[in-house]
Amino acid sequence: MSDYLNPEPVPAPDTTIFWEAAKQGRLLLKQCRNCGKPHWYPRQLCPFCFSVDTDWIEASGKGEIYSFCYMRKAAAPYVLAYVTLAEGPTMMTNIVDADIGSLYTGQKVEVDFRKSVGEWSVPLFRPSGPGSL
Amino acid sequence: MSRHAAAYIVGAYEHPLRNAPDTSVAQLHAEVAAGALADAGLTKEDIDGFFCGPDAPGTGPLSLADYMNLNLRHVDTTNTSGSSYLIHVAHAAQAIAAGKCNVALITLAGRPRQEGKSKGALKRQDNPNQPDFEWENPFGIQILGVYGMVAQRHMHRYGTTAEQMAWVKVAASHHAQFNPHAMLRDPVTVEDVVNSPLVADPLHRLDCCIVTDGGGALIVTRPEIAKSLKRPRVKVVGCGEAPMGQAGGYFEITDTAAQKSGAAAYAEANVKPSDIKYVSLYDSFTITAMLQIEDLGFCEKGAVGRFVEDGNLISGRGRLPFNTDGGGLCNNHPVNRGGMTKALEAVRQIRGEAHPSVQVPNCDLALANAIGGQLGVRHASSTLILERG
Repeated sequence: MSDYLNPEPVPAPDTTIFWEAAKQGRLLLKQCRNCGKPHWYPRQLCPFCFSVDTDWIEASGKGEIYSFCYMRKAAAPYVLAYVTLAEGPTMMTNIVDADIGSLYTGQKVEVDFRKSVGEWSVPLFRPSGPGSL
Repeated sequence: MSRHAAAYIVGAYEHPLRNAPDTSVAQLHAEVAAGALADAGLTKEDIDGFFCGPDAPGTGPLSLADYMNLNLRHVDTTNTSGSSYLIHVAHAAQAIAAGKCNVALITLAGRPRQEGKSKGALKRQDNPNQPDFEWENPFGIQILGVYGMVAQRHMHRYGTTAEQMAWVKVAASHHAQFNPHAMLRDPVTVEDVVNSPLVADPLHRLDCCIVTDGGGALIVTRPEIAKSLKRPRVKVVGCGEAPMGQAGGYFEITDTAAQKSGAAAYAEANVKPSDIKYVSLYDSFTITAMLQIEDLGFCEKGAVGRFVEDGNLISGRGRLPFNTDGGGLCNNHPVNRGGMTKALEAVRQIRGEAHPSVQVPNCDLALANAIGGQLGVRHASSTLILERG
């Protein structure tokens, strides 16, 4: 669970800002200036009102586990998860620094960043309350 | 009953092989096409519409149409992964109704076992230009992991248990023992399933489908032609298709697009779930079939765990006989694309040609459903309702 072995992110022209922020330990989200709703995954066009006027905002980094799966057959086993962010949307991620047997849906987590196999950092989550190591 | 139907399925063929070391992909397509034509009592010269998915090698339908030397005036290569082939039946019926073709051939074939693609833990080989790729690939998304999360959340929300999930495999394996072509013919118990190794918690190995070489084909045609043929007639009376995604980050992964595709098909056929005598459900994992049972209205949302217990999916024993060929869990899952075989067994049931040990008595109305892509991220459901007549 210590070394992050999953594939390197491949930033798109309009999402490099997200990955640059992640290198600095900041989790960004896209929010629409027109309808006000944050979405995931980030895109230029608001998926709710179709406005192109969307903004990057910094997320609190807090959330809770929506669901998870322990990938025990991987060369370096890991926990694939969905985390629902405090801001509303749910994102795919991994859970780290956790006792696998005590993970549960609804568990409070907070963002952590791990260097990827290449030049980027990837936003992962670890338990922030009971269940954290 | 005399429901309106624009089209009939008149030919159906399942390749007998599950391992095909000595046959090319193009030849497998040709063999299933020839098998379906022979079943229908039609010839290659009758085909004027061709439907295939990306398992057809080459650009769309072009290489295979040329390989088989088909004389076509209509083609369709809709790709929603494993649910494509039921959508092809629907689109063939629509094309026939619109006068665009008379006899439509639908093929699926491949040899993933020979090509080393038989592992469910395969990582996605997606295009980085796919907008979701960047947000999923870095986290090690795998088919197993996503379906594991779906199962985990269903357990969390509704109290579904591993033993209840196991009943789906138990029913499939009970049926498979009567299918001489099935890859796995030994019946298993609930204990066998829950004692098989965990592969992606909470999924056990026996919760997972097989992957096979081979394939299948269907022939769809207009009513006048169907009525001139000698085989028992299978009317296409209802069709539905729908994709479902992550909706900007506000989604429920225990919901499937079968809610929408099923409702559309029931409305078109003017029938309700309790009218259905037999169902084919895509069983990529035990949980996949269970969510379709809920979303197609065979039980209330969240209640499928109790619904599948005690052999309720076993033909001759339960209320909802399902996948009487053994399904993708035991019989056949060619090219990881289960939609075709779902239609094939539904056709056998309507014709009264399933194995006598699993044939549903007086099976005049059947439903076939397929999920393509991945539940929990983005997928498409397709529903077909078939009637004898």
